[in-house]
Amino acid sequence: MTYWTGLVFVLVVVLDLLVLASSRLRGAIRTVAFQGAVLALLPLLLPAPAAGEHRVVHMVALAVGALVVKGFLIPGMMLWAMREAAIRREVEPIVGFVPSLVLGALGVAAAFTFSGALPLPAPELHPLLVPTSLSTVWTGLLLVVSRRKAVAQVLGFLLVENGVFVFGVLLSGFMPLMVEAGVLLDLLAATFVMGIVIFHINREFASLDTGRLTSLRD
Amino acid sequence: MVTRLAAAVLPFLAFLGLSPLLLGAVTRVKSLFAGRTGAPLLQPYHDLRRLLGKQPVYSRTTTWVFRAGPLVGLGAVVAAGLLMSFGGAPALLPFPGDFILFASLLGLSRFATALAALDTGSSFEGMGAAREVTFAAFAEPALFLCLVALVRATGSLSLSGMLREGLPELWRAQGPALLLAATALVVVALAENARIPVDDPTTHLELTMIHEVMVLDHSGPDLAVIHYAASLKLFLFGALVVRLALGFPFSSPWPSLGVFLGGMALFATALGAIESTMARLRLDRVPQLLVAASVLALFALVLLLR
Repeated sequence: MTYWTGLVFVLVVVLDLLVLASSRLRGAIRTVAFQGAVLALLPLLLPAPAAGEHRVVHMVALAVGALVVKGFLIPGMMLWAMREAAIRREVEPIVGFVPSLVLGALGVAAAFTFSGALPLPAPELHPLLVPTSLSTVWTGLLLVVSRRKAVAQVLGFLLVENGVFVFGVLLSGFMPLMVEAGVLLDLLAATFVMGIVIFHINREFASLDTGRLTSLRD
Repeated sequence: MVTRLAAAVLPFLAFLGLSPLLLGAVTRVKSLFAGRTGAPLLQPYHDLRRLLGKQPVYSRTTTWVFRAGPLVGLGAVVAAGLLMSFGGAPALLPFPGDFILFASLLGLSRFATALAALDTGSSFEGMGAAREVTFAAFAEPALFLCLVALVRATGSLSLSGMLREGLPELWRAQGPALLLAATALVVVALAENARIPVDDPTTHLELTMIHEVMVLDHSGPDLAVIHYAASLKLFLFGALVVRLALGFPFSSPWPSLGVFLGGMALFATALGAIESTMARLRLDRVPQLLVAASVLALFALVLLLR
């Protein structure tokens, strides 16, 4: 079981790097969706901190919620937004693909090197859990600052959320179900808001280049 | 004693004798994918025989460097074959640290070919040499990171030690890391052998050729030597990938050799499938692919170092 969990964590990090390297928005959205679906397996694969009837229901609910929201709902909305706003399919990076891959790899290496030194509030469920979470958050931040398109920045935000979700699995023993449901709903609402912002940028400037926002004059 | 010698020599002879067949098998798979019958499996041998029977033509601007290029290239690849362990059998000349010599010999082979191309004084061949060397500069770190990850995983500093019996247990213990390293190694193999996502071995369109440009001025036996060295190199990388991917635990030489050759057939099929289903990458995307391979290998190393 631990072996397969390790494989899931490695797959999540590889998908992070794939998002950094992908030059097409649709491909990047599908990659993030696949990562979300893979992450939904985690609560089922990891050993529950305190086994019990209530705990099992909690874990299954968390997995199904994550699968529906991260794997289908949000990516579906983003693909719909791309179609409706007629967004061009290139990612248009500020930092090139090769430098962002190298930066991502450095972040992953740092996360895997230093995560052992971090004090944790809960017993570690899997040795790869914390570094995977940190690398995913790092990749998400990198994506937010290094891409020009608003859609790509939303993707970076989703990656950050995926990283936080991995960390949240570690703490699921402490977190009630309502808090997690609230986080997932917040995510959905945030994507809605960003969708509206995307439409507005698109209507005002006839493009989704966030660089245009800095040249506003009154 | 005799069987032990045979166990080491036979795979090497298979390496020398069956490399063109591997190339023929890849071509056959590609033609089957395209719905054609395709050339016979032994066609590369006939091509080599035909080329060897021709008289070479040398341009008056070339020097001895041009004539030495193919021979040095072939010698370096054969010497690299002496260090390689085929299908888990011990190599003919194993020693600690031989993986560094292995990578250097492959580099020497490429250097000789590029130098011979530059010696013709043709700007076109200079362009081909520049492209080949540029991509090699991205492929070599990936190859080294893969080999270092293997060193770390097996604790052995020689290729024979890395690819010995312990591989199945290693897959159970360090599966994800080995999978990453094997993936990176496949990408490196495609780039080093000028196969499709990086270079098209059958193209003759000036704008996109890489490896084929460098050998345009070679003719007759020289060209045969270059083609043979290229097939040997493909076999070397195939042996590395196959042994890493199918870590079968045979200790007796005969079944081990059989399984290894079966694995090579599988490798040829996979290569043909990749070449038939993928398009060539744009030239400026190739370094990106190779950097991605390096990053995967680095990640494998990081996983193993924990």
